[in-house]
Amino acid sequence: MADYVRQLPNQGSRDMARRPSTVRRLHIDVPLLVLILLLTAYGLTVLYSASGENMNAVVRQGRYFALGYLIMLLGAQVSLARYARWAPWLYGIGIATLLAVVFVGVGAKGAQRWLEIGGLRFQPSEIMKLVVPLVIAAFLAGRALPPRFHIVIAALALLVVPAGLIVIQPDLGTSLLIAASGLFVLFMAGIGWRYIFGAIVLAIASAWPVWHYGLKNYQKQRILTMFDPDSDKLGAGWNIIQSKTAIGSGGWEGKGWLQSTQSRLDFLPESHTDFIIAVLAEEQGLRGILLLLGIYVLILLRGFWIGMRAQSRFGRMMAGSLTLTFFVYIFVNMGMVAGLLPVVGVPLPLVSAGGTSVVTLLAGFGMLMAISTEQQGVST
Amino acid sequence: MQVQFEIKDPQREARIYALRTAVAILFVVLCLVLVLGRYYALQVTEFETYQTQSEANRVQLQALPPRRGLIYDRNGVLLADNQPSYTLSVVRESVADLEATLAALRALVPVSENDLENFQKKLPRSRASEPVPLRFRLTQEERARLAVNRFRLPGVVVEAQLLRHYPHGELFSHAIGYVGRINEREAQILDETDYRGTNHVGKVGVEKYYENSLHGDVGYQNVESNAHGRVLRVLERFAPVPGKNLTLTLDYRIQRAAIDALGERRGAVVAIDPLSGGVLALVSTPGYDTNLFVNGISSSDYAALRDSLDVPLFNRAIQGTYPPGSTIKPFMAMAGLQTGLVTPLSTVPDPGWYSLPGDTHKYRDWVLRIRGTGHAPRVDMKMAIAESCDVYFYDLARRLTIDRMAEYLNPFGFGELTGIDTTSERGGVLPSTQWKRQAMGQPWYPGETISAGIGQGYMLASPLQLAVATSVVATRGKRWRPHLVMAVDAQPVAPTQSAPVQAPADYWDAVIDGMREVVHGARGTAKALANGIAYEMAGKTGTAQVIGIAQGAVYNESEVDERHRHHGLFIAFAPIESPTIAVGIIVENGGGSSAASPIARSVIDTWLAQDTVARSL
Repeated sequence: MADYVRQLPNQGSRDMARRPSTVRRLHIDVPLLVLILLLTAYGLTVLYSASGENMNAVVRQGRYFALGYLIMLLGAQVSLARYARWAPWLYGIGIATLLAVVFVGVGAKGAQRWLEIGGLRFQPSEIMKLVVPLVIAAFLAGRALPPRFHIVIAALALLVVPAGLIVIQPDLGTSLLIAASGLFVLFMAGIGWRYIFGAIVLAIASAWPVWHYGLKNYQKQRILTMFDPDSDKLGAGWNIIQSKTAIGSGGWEGKGWLQSTQSRLDFLPESHTDFIIAVLAEEQGLRGILLLLGIYVLILLRGFWIGMRAQSRFGRMMAGSLTLTFFVYIFVNMGMVAGLLPVVGVPLPLVSAGGTSVVTLLAGFGMLMAISTEQQGVST
Repeated sequence: MQVQFEIKDPQREARIYALRTAVAILFVVLCLVLVLGRYYALQVTEFETYQTQSEANRVQLQALPPRRGLIYDRNGVLLADNQPSYTLSVVRESVADLEATLAALRALVPVSENDLENFQKKLPRSRASEPVPLRFRLTQEERARLAVNRFRLPGVVVEAQLLRHYPHGELFSHAIGYVGRINEREAQILDETDYRGTNHVGKVGVEKYYENSLHGDVGYQNVESNAHGRVLRVLERFAPVPGKNLTLTLDYRIQRAAIDALGERRGAVVAIDPLSGGVLALVSTPGYDTNLFVNGISSSDYAALRDSLDVPLFNRAIQGTYPPGSTIKPFMAMAGLQTGLVTPLSTVPDPGWYSLPGDTHKYRDWVLRIRGTGHAPRVDMKMAIAESCDVYFYDLARRLTIDRMAEYLNPFGFGELTGIDTTSERGGVLPSTQWKRQAMGQPWYPGETISAGIGQGYMLASPLQLAVATSVVATRGKRWRPHLVMAVDAQPVAPTQSAPVQAPADYWDAVIDGMREVVHGARGTAKALANGIAYEMAGKTGTAQVIGIAQGAVYNESEVDERHRHHGLFIAFAPIESPTIAVGIIVENGGGSSAASPIARSVIDTWLAQDTVARSL
């Protein structure tokens, strides 16, 4: 008993006192579920306006949410041990499909990112957003922590292969996000600060060669445009100028729901997908932004809380990585729309219209719930 | 092995994890502060900048051009109206590549070099947000083609606008003129605000003279438009004030009668209401289709008009000045009476020619070559006018002298602009010693006075001036400024009176008597007109030499090149008891006055016939 208590500091007594309820048996983390429901509901109201009061768009997004919630619930039932066992297989399949994209992929807007099977299209890179942290966490879980140098190198190799395959699609944004999700696992696993600072120094040092030899012209253009949108008012700068105008003109109070002129008069491009936050900012003002950020922060805190409370190191690493990745989505999207970061195709999590990201994100939350409701004392 | 590690130091692991979580939260908080700071800066600090920008995006001020005033004849017949027409315009601001857009448009609809040139000229003068017209009068098919391709042509707009239309084309070309596209020179003169949104301006004639009344006042509207420049709704509107409608003194039927009577010949007819100066007909042939000018005449059409030997663009009625010939005689007679040099009954011997004392040069009378003698042994004023005796007026002119001639003819309106309310009028020449010194730097020769007495030589008058002078006789001295506009927006325009010609009634009777004899006398030079006439007409024939005829040579019409034939002139008014119409007519190279006088009969008949109709109603 003493052993048990030592293994589970701060926990135990409270949970033990409670009788397992239905939600507990369904592996549902109630605070997380409530926050996500709030977020998606808020998102749908914004989407209704951003899509030009198109109820069909809202219903379609609602269906994606339904599918996402289903996958989340199913994902919550899977034990962490099983996730860890599945990880290498999922990773293998993921790499195989990414290779398939390179050879037989379907293109859209000049990039080859899709795979078509029997009329169904899907984006293998999207799945890798979950699989990469999963496989690295599973790989590290069985080893001494903090990981040693050769283990770190091996983990990085697991990350570099898919990231590289996605870069050549080309989809730099997704590739960086996937790399980040893997690196977050390493970070949460406690790799030495010397690695972290070393990586930062390396990143800064490689900026020059990457700019000159690594980036394509349109990618450079996006970065340049971010610093000076006026240089190309009608071209690449248009999006940023219009989204900043939308956000700024919202002020503190906003123009009111369904009153955004920037979006409704078509000045704001992609207003219901990547740039939806500009519509929210225009209609609800800074108050609306604070409300949205409030919900996001609570979800993030709950994520970190679940990580702190996780029973296994696999769960801890996954929870930390999933939470941080979720945050990166928020940061990159809000930053790019406000002209802080270059425009990369990152949707605002659970608010932007689109099916794939909703399903992936909710699957991630399903995993988080699995971690949160992991049976005490059970570990990999 | 793995299990050993795990169990070995879970507390250290938990500590590391907690620290990492703390670092992660710190990172998250820092990033969120950055993002929130950015949103704060945009939404609070720079709120006004972006609010303004958003409004500027959304709201645009559009000029609403006023509808141009309509033009009617005195009976309400429409002479100029506005018809809806579709114009293809380009908004520079919304076009990424102007050259490419123009090329694409030219592939869809025909755009002439002329259209393109006008477009390029107007482009730098217009605001970037303003549509600049490229092609006018799109056909339905062209509109459909543009509509189908609209999605790939941002910044291209098809607008309905009202375009000037002249239902009667050539018939009123010289009477009312036309509007045309505003050119660079005009753009600098015209008020920029008033003409924002207006593409046309009066170029010639009444259309130009009354531009201020016809144009109206520009209106404005604030519109909400989307990113593609499409107007979604009107937020605020200040309606334009339409231009004023003009009612002209012209009478469609008289105008028609004059044109028909002139036929294919070159010439001019001016008919005036002597009681007010209102112009009833103002015709110059050949005319031209004014509708051609509304949207910029094509260079080939213009070249055809410009290079025609018949100079159709020349307004013979007011710009054309001709030697008045014998039509000057009634006014000369009046001068003679007023100076006391002749009386209605005084006579002059007429051998058929006249010589200055001490000079062998014979000034021949026109009857000399026909009869071999003069009109009669002695000729009085009535006969002199009726038979157009040259000798009578040679003698009168010599005694009058050229300067007194100028002094007494000027009150009839010779040698000065009549002040008619239209453009490009010319005042002709009323010669005097002073005029010749100034104009030619030469002294006046006595012989020149003799030919001036019968309206030859330096003297020039327009058909309008002849009509005005005739109406002064008709009203026995009253002179009104001739005018084309009777009412502006149904408000009558008061006619203006000029200084009258004051003379005793018997002087007028004598002159008018002579003029009656021209038409109704047995030996009147226009006695053919009296055939079947239902009223009394006073007239005077005239012939103007186009080329000089050598002393002793004989003018033979059939041998002379058509363009060297004499001009035929005729002035008249009717009915004599209470005149309601006075006319001045010229038929270029008509051979003689007999080409002009039947036109007067036709015009006056038409006028008096409808006058009776009007009175009987």
